Order: sequence, then structure tokens, then C-alpha cells
Amino acid sequence: MIIPRVPVQHRRLLPDRRLSGPTPWVIAILMMLTLLAAAAGVGLARSANAIGSAIAGRVTVQIVTANPVTRAEQAAALRRAAAAQPFVRSARSVGQEELQETLGQWFGSAEDNDPVLQSLPLPALIDIDFVGEDRSSHMAQLRALVAAEAPGARIIPHAEWLGPVAQLIRSLAWIAGGLVLLMTLASAAVVIMTARAALATHFPTIEILHLIGATDRQITRLFQRRIAIDTAYGIALGSVVAAAILLLIGWQWTGITSGLAATASLGPAGWALLLALPLLAIALAALTARQTLLAALKKIL
Amino acid sequence: MTDAPSPRPGGAMVEFDSVGLRYGPDAEVLCDISFNLQPGSFYFLTGPSGAGKTSLLKMLYLAQRPSRGIVRLFGEDLVHMPRQRLPGFRRRIGVVFQDFRLIPHLSARDNIALPLRIAGVGEEDLSGPVGEMLSWIGLGDRADARPATLSGGEQQRVAIARAVIARPQLLVADEPTGNVDPEMAMRLLGLFEALNRLGTTVVVATHDIHLISRIENAQMMRLEKGRLADPTGALRYPPANRA
Repeated sequence: MIIPRVPVQHRRLLPDRRLSGPTPWVIAILMMLTLLAAAAGVGLARSANAIGSAIAGRVTVQIVTANPVTRAEQAAALRRAAAAQPFVRSARSVGQEELQETLGQWFGSAEDNDPVLQSLPLPALIDIDFVGEDRSSHMAQLRALVAAEAPGARIIPHAEWLGPVAQLIRSLAWIAGGLVLLMTLASAAVVIMTARAALATHFPTIEILHLIGATDRQITRLFQRRIAIDTAYGIALGSVVAAAILLLIGWQWTGITSGLAATASLGPAGWALLLALPLLAIALAALTARQTLLAALKKIL
Repeated sequence: MTDAPSPRPGGAMVEFDSVGLRYGPDAEVLCDISFNLQPGSFYFLTGPSGAGKTSLLKMLYLAQRPSRGIVRLFGEDLVHMPRQRLPGFRRRIGVVFQDFRLIPHLSARDNIALPLRIAGVGEEDLSGPVGEMLSWIGLGDRADARPATLSGGEQQRVAIARAVIARPQLLVADEPTGNVDPEMAMRLLGLFEALNRLGTTVVVATHDIHLISRIENAQMMRLEKGRLADPTGALRYPPANRA
């Protein structure tokens, strides 16, 4: 039982006012930050995994032959040959318009028929996705194919330049997980301090209860119940605010369908974790309060 | 309670043997205390202020373990008893504290009912005994009053009612009549005497020599500078010897 049952008449043994002063507010803030950090961690981890699996089996072949006609012929031949290979899932030529559009974003000009962009000697690019897990053997076969169809072309594994980004995102996810852990410890520390303060405040009452025969268990349940209720208020408040923030972010995220941002989402498991966190927090608070109280009571005869 | 046995037939309810008590590194406040309290007896504990009466009472109501010696209560060694067994013994001891120690946010009724609630008595079985006790101490019309609104004497009566409501086997009272008028003092003493006749062993610490003379067959223990003046355990003051 997260919040222990205590008869109504026994509950009156503690004063009606809340035990813990600012504790529910501190817990609310910590819970909100914990949920936001957890959401960020889950989103980043999923994003890193999505990027990692996407780039792990993808390469781009860059053909830089000076003659544009030969370059186009080599590109077409290589795309056809690659597509026919059993280790290739797909082979796609990146169109010149797509290249110019991308470059236009960097050069500050994305208009059609931009003479400067059109005058640039752009390489021919072919995106190739491998089949299966045996990347090294696929790379060796692709090298042989490229040497035959487009000598001098360069093979660029996506993992080479997007890998560090995925690693960075993964590191950020771990940092978010660490923050969740730290804030959980901070919440437990707040509960411990609250329990000790409550014991100190009500020591005369506890002493009397002891001397007329109350057991540690009876006294602990009184305080444990009150502390669990106080922290539950804080956890509920923090969860509501965090949920509102996450829904707002989710609403703003809806329009983003491209780039790295599109890979970030919580998924069913992530939402389940976020829903479970407040309940786990209440259970942790009750357990922490119980252990703190029992340890403190053992010091009294 | 099953974990707090009764004293064996013919045995003492309380046995102190060469008991010493010190707080921290200081000298002993109680030294070589030895006595036996027989079931159903009435004892007065006297002595000047600072003689150690309250410390002795603390050991009797299990708020303090001795620094040395043997203390047996209801036939069980309390010095080495695990603390989780103590509540069962405490429920058989009623205590009247010198400073009342009522719970300030509870009414007089709830303060008196406390030992019964702790012992697990149901609410339906509480109202009768608590109401009778309130009437007996003359506070029937102030049952809902908080201690802060009661006079010192009224608080004392509530404290005494709380100590006796569960019909303890041992009643320990520290200056129980210090804050009440002579008439109420005699009524309270009458209550102690009635409980004693029902089999409760009573130990009352007091300075009031007139109080001592009112109880027939009461025995007196006197503490001086942490030592029991009569090492045999009790000076007897039978009615025939009183002035």
C-alpha cells in the first residue's frame, strides 16, 4: 500500500495542518523537471536510435568526373548496376535540382534558374542503402562495382559524418537520464528531511505515544501516510504542469516533418514511462519516509 | 498482550537489584538501588528535590534502561529485552507525569481515550469508559476542551484519567496531586486506592506527607542523593504507627 490505511481517530494524533510546509511545492518543481528531463531523454534516445539505424547502412557515391556527359553516363550506369545487386536495397540518383536547392540554402539563393548555382560544377550523387547487417562485405563489393562503373568516384558512408551527431544526441539522452536520477535522489532527500523535521516537530507527541505503548509501526504509519499525501499533492501538481508543457511542445512539433527533428518522438513506451514516473515517485516517497521514520524511532527506547 | 506475562505467583511485580543509572559520563544519579514491589501494593516514593525520584520512575515506566544492575518487570528481564517487546509492557503501566504531557491538539476526551485506542479498542467500546472517567474527574462538560484551555488542576485530572483508563497493572505517578486543591487531591488519591484494591500496584512520588498518611498499608521508599534510604525496599507505615 503506497499510502497506508490509518483509522480516522488515529489520524487525529497528528495536527490537522500539513506536516511539511513547502515540501509539496518543492516536490512539484522537482517532479515537473524530472518529467521534462525524462521526456527529453526518451525523445533524444529514440532520435539517436532512428538516426543510427538510418545511417548505418547508407552510403553516398560521389562521382566527380570533369566531363558532365561522362559523369552523367557513369552515374546512370552505376545506379543501374547497384540496383541489380542483391546486397543493395535501393539505389537513387540525387537530382541536380535537389542539389541546387540544398546548396541554395547555404549560398543564400534558392530561386529557380539561379545562374550562379547553375554554373557550379556539381558532382553526381547516388544514395545507396544496403541490405542486412554485414556492412563490411557490402562495402567491399560496392568498391569493386564503383571501380568498374565509375573509376575515381568517392564512397561516403553516412555514418562517417552523421555518426558523431547521433553520438552527441545519444550522449544528451544519457545526460537527461542522469538528470532524472539526480532529481529522483533530490526528491528522496526532500522526503527524508521532511520526515526528520516532522519527527522533531512532533517529538513530544511521539514520546507520549511510545510511553503508553504505541509501536514503531503505529507511529510510522501515521507519519508515512501524511508525508505520502503531502508528496502526492506535489507530484500531481508537477505532473499536470509537465504534461501541459509536453503537450504544448508536441503541438508545436507536429509541423516538423523533416531533418533530425522529425526523428524525435516519445512513442508508446516513452509515454508509458512518463505516466509511470509519478506513481513510482509516490511509492519512493512513501518508502523513503517509512525507512527514515523507522531508523529515527529506533534511536528512542 | 501476550508478550508481557504476569508476574509468577508469589513473585514480585518489580525487582530492582543493584541498579545504577548515569547520564553520559557524569556520576551516577542513582546508585545501588535494590527493592521489590509486590503485586497489589501501594508505595510512596519520597525524597528531596534532585534525589533521583523522577529517574527512578523513568526506569519503572520503561523510558530509561539502567546503566547497571538488574531490573525485572512482570517477571521479565527488562535490561536486555529487545525494544520491540517494550510496547506490550508499557500498555500494562499507567503513568502520570509531573508535567502532565497531554497532547495539545487533542481534546480532553481524546487524550483520555489514547491508551485504549493505541491498544486497539474499538470506538464503540470507548465512549462508555471515557465518558465515565470524564464524569468521575468532574470534566464531563469539558470533554471537548483542548488542554490549553484547561487549568493546571484540570490538566492534571485528565492526565490521571489517561493513566488509569486502561486499568494498568502498575500505576506510576510523579507528583500527581501537585496542581490540585486538597479536596481534588483526596478524590484522586481515592481513585488510586480503588485501583489498588482492584489489584493495581501503585507507586506515587510525592512530597506531601499528609497524602502519605491517608493510605492505609502504604509503604514508603525514600531516596536521598541517589540512594534508597531503606535498602530492604520499603519502610512500612502501618496505621497504628502513624501520629
